[in-house]
Amino acid sequence: MQTMSRKAAAIGFGPFDLKTWGPLLALIGLMVLGTALNTSFLSEGNISNILTRSAFIGIIAVGATFVITAGGIDLSVGAMAAVISGVMIISMNALMNVFDSASLIIACGILLSLALGLLAGAFNGLVTTKGKIEAFIVTLGTMGIFRSLVTYFADGGTLSLDFTIRGAYRPFYYGDILGIPVPVIVFAVVAAIGWVILNRTAFGRHCRAIGSNEAVARYSAVQVNRVKTLTYIVQGLCVSLATIIYVPRLGSASSSTGVLWELEAIAAVIIGGTVLKGGSGRIGGTVIGAIMLTMIGNILNLTDLISNYLNGAVQGVIIIVAVWLQRGGWKNKGQ
Amino acid sequence: MSELRTGIAGGGGQAVAGPAPSNAPAQYRQPVLSARHISKSFGDIQVLFGIDFDVLPGEVHALIGENGAGKSTLMKILSGYHQPTSGKLHLDAQEVILPPDGQAEDLGVVLIHQEFNLAEQLSVEENIFLGRELRRGWFIDHSAMRRQTEELLAHLNVDMAPDATVASLSVSQKQFVEIARALSRKARVLIMDEPTAVLTPDETSAFFEQIRLMRERGVGVVLISHKLDEVKELANRVTVLRDGHQIITTDADELTEDDMARHMVGRDLSDMFPPKNEPDFDAPLVLEVDGLSVGTALRDVSFNLRKGEILGFAGLIGSGRSALFEAIIGLRQRTGGITRLNGETVEMTALDQARDRGIAYLTKDRKGQGLLLNDGLKVNLTLFALRQFSNKGLIDDTLEDAALERAIRRFDIRVRDRSVPVGALSGGNQQKLLLGKVLEIDPNILIVDEPTRGIDVGTKQQIYNFIAALAAEGKSIVLISSEMPEIIGMSHRVAVMRSGRLTGILQGEEIEEHEIMRYATGLKSQGTADATGGTNTHADHVA
Repeated sequence: MQTMSRKAAAIGFGPFDLKTWGPLLALIGLMVLGTALNTSFLSEGNISNILTRSAFIGIIAVGATFVITAGGIDLSVGAMAAVISGVMIISMNALMNVFDSASLIIACGILLSLALGLLAGAFNGLVTTKGKIEAFIVTLGTMGIFRSLVTYFADGGTLSLDFTIRGAYRPFYYGDILGIPVPVIVFAVVAAIGWVILNRTAFGRHCRAIGSNEAVARYSAVQVNRVKTLTYIVQGLCVSLATIIYVPRLGSASSSTGVLWELEAIAAVIIGGTVLKGGSGRIGGTVIGAIMLTMIGNILNLTDLISNYLNGAVQGVIIIVAVWLQRGGWKNKGQ
Repeated sequence: MSELRTGIAGGGGQAVAGPAPSNAPAQYRQPVLSARHISKSFGDIQVLFGIDFDVLPGEVHALIGENGAGKSTLMKILSGYHQPTSGKLHLDAQEVILPPDGQAEDLGVVLIHQEFNLAEQLSVEENIFLGRELRRGWFIDHSAMRRQTEELLAHLNVDMAPDATVASLSVSQKQFVEIARALSRKARVLIMDEPTAVLTPDETSAFFEQIRLMRERGVGVVLISHKLDEVKELANRVTVLRDGHQIITTDADELTEDDMARHMVGRDLSDMFPPKNEPDFDAPLVLEVDGLSVGTALRDVSFNLRKGEILGFAGLIGSGRSALFEAIIGLRQRTGGITRLNGETVEMTALDQARDRGIAYLTKDRKGQGLLLNDGLKVNLTLFALRQFSNKGLIDDTLEDAALERAIRRFDIRVRDRSVPVGALSGGNQQKLLLGKVLEIDPNILIVDEPTRGIDVGTKQQIYNFIAALAAEGKSIVLISSEMPEIIGMSHRVAVMRSGRLTGILQGEEIEEHEIMRYATGLKSQGTADATGGTNTHADHVA
């Protein structure tokens, strides 16, 4: 019996498809490990902490799932988050001379952030599609541009949000609704909407078709350039949402804001089971991937077993093992 | 080191790879490779039943059969890619177990796949020596490889630069690189899977020369082909497979093409094509194209299409037929010309606009442009008409399931498990799915481009019947095909193209092989004024 069910899982029949449930199993495994190492791991405060911290990368990674599913890649998201944070802070500080109401200023900042995310995404998308340049190159370029812009705006130092606004803005990160932290709610809503769009709409189906075979998509009357550009816009909007809840956390932006977020976002997507070369995307997996990445750091903080400085190394190992498991590398052993 | 390892250099080219061809009658010659009582099962499904097959030195042994008959499996067993479930292989009368993954090439058994196995960005020379580069110490002996490549290519009578990248070559040139590569590996058995499927007539005849040359040199050639005329022309012996069983193995002289077809399908195929139901002479014109041009590739093409008509488009490969229709439906940018649909001038700049006006295009490149090979049947079937399956912006699963159910019944798509990726289906079933996909929008105009390429006779007949039935329903069909019998057997009128121009539109008695070839090769032309084949009708219509 045992062999049979294992066989079924390997082939992908039945409810025990490793591709679908693998990331969840890994997450549960990680939680068991965390609890074993430190019983306070499962405390409400710690879990809520993990989910809140994973929200930034998670929201960005939902956008990245669209880009990667459609066969693209966006390396500029970390730098994009930094430059949007910077421009938001500068603008909100400047608006203090115009408006008295802090909420009005914050509303302007949020709208500005969304507009910038949309523009930056549209830029990445249009240059990739109209300019016929590989997404890797385009977004490597914009990554450099965005990163140096924030350094320039901050004059090499740190941009700080004015304290009066900071107080009013605080709840966007530190607040909660019915005991659930705001970032977690935003993350959940973004993921739910993302799941519906990717799995239940023509746009999502078109993303998969393009990532799977662009020529087939074109000959199936899919507006390839439009869909691809839209994935970068979705990505840009996700970055701007993440930025909106990130800014009140520290109230500042500098050249080191969002460093390596692009890699963490891509890692979350890959751990979640989305194929890097496109054609198949899993929002649920991405969410779990983002939580796992944060959880690793959290567990290392709670234990003395491994130095916290090795966080990146453990994450790296997890990424490689996750992909190895998904590719069925373990299956060939016996054969 | 200077000696060519194939043994076919050495001046006069008289030396041969492997044993010399004997003039003794076939039955006295010893086979190079023979298979005895080969059976093969995949899981519970048996696909080959006790096949005996051998290859003599210096013969062409054709292996024919419908899709799914077991040709590919037998071919892979003969070249070591699969191991038989039971039965034995003998190489030079010695029992062998051929090593997997192409390593049998070292024993002189070479399989040339339908999809070439070449590294596109490497040069001809690098490809020929890939995996067994000549070395001097730690370094590659570039000059020796260059010299041997030049000798090989000269020997094959192929004009090709050894340092050309493979990506820059034409399909037929790539095939010659594969052959050169096989020769350089001292091939004694060369197994070729539908080698001419992608070649133009000129390239095909050059390729035949190569095969004859190989045969003279004592190479045993196994040829898998759907083109029975080629089999008739090239093969010494023919083996027919049907449903995994060996139906007959005999001298090619003893079988007519009709015999072969009958053995393949197990029934008479005298009525390959359904009867023609010509549309009324005054049936309305659904599509009129006037002076369409695409740069220098297509110049001033004009024609029209009636309701219920099957309009054939004949011509050599590269004559611009696909480009013409891609330009009409917005997949290619045009530089001039007018398109009218039902008398109304329209400009379509993207395929979705053509789709929304009821035009569907079935691509000739099933795997590259037609189907998502890693996705399931359902996703493929509904992709072109996806909007019809959406309900308030969300895709409705039950509508999709119902569509698949319908298509499987309507097009007789044979699939055991509906969740398999379409890449796992046979070519015929893929083609039927693709036809189902473009017909999901219920088009008024259906453009089919090489609709029966690489599929078996039985499925071909089914597809002809679908097309004829659609025309009888009042749909208008454009049939682009390089298979002359198909054009002649199906079309009500035939437009012939040559080098981006429409050279003539034939009807009635004119629809005949030699006449079509005369227009296709430029011996005859009707001139642009007559080329619409319906100038008068057109004028009437406008008036």
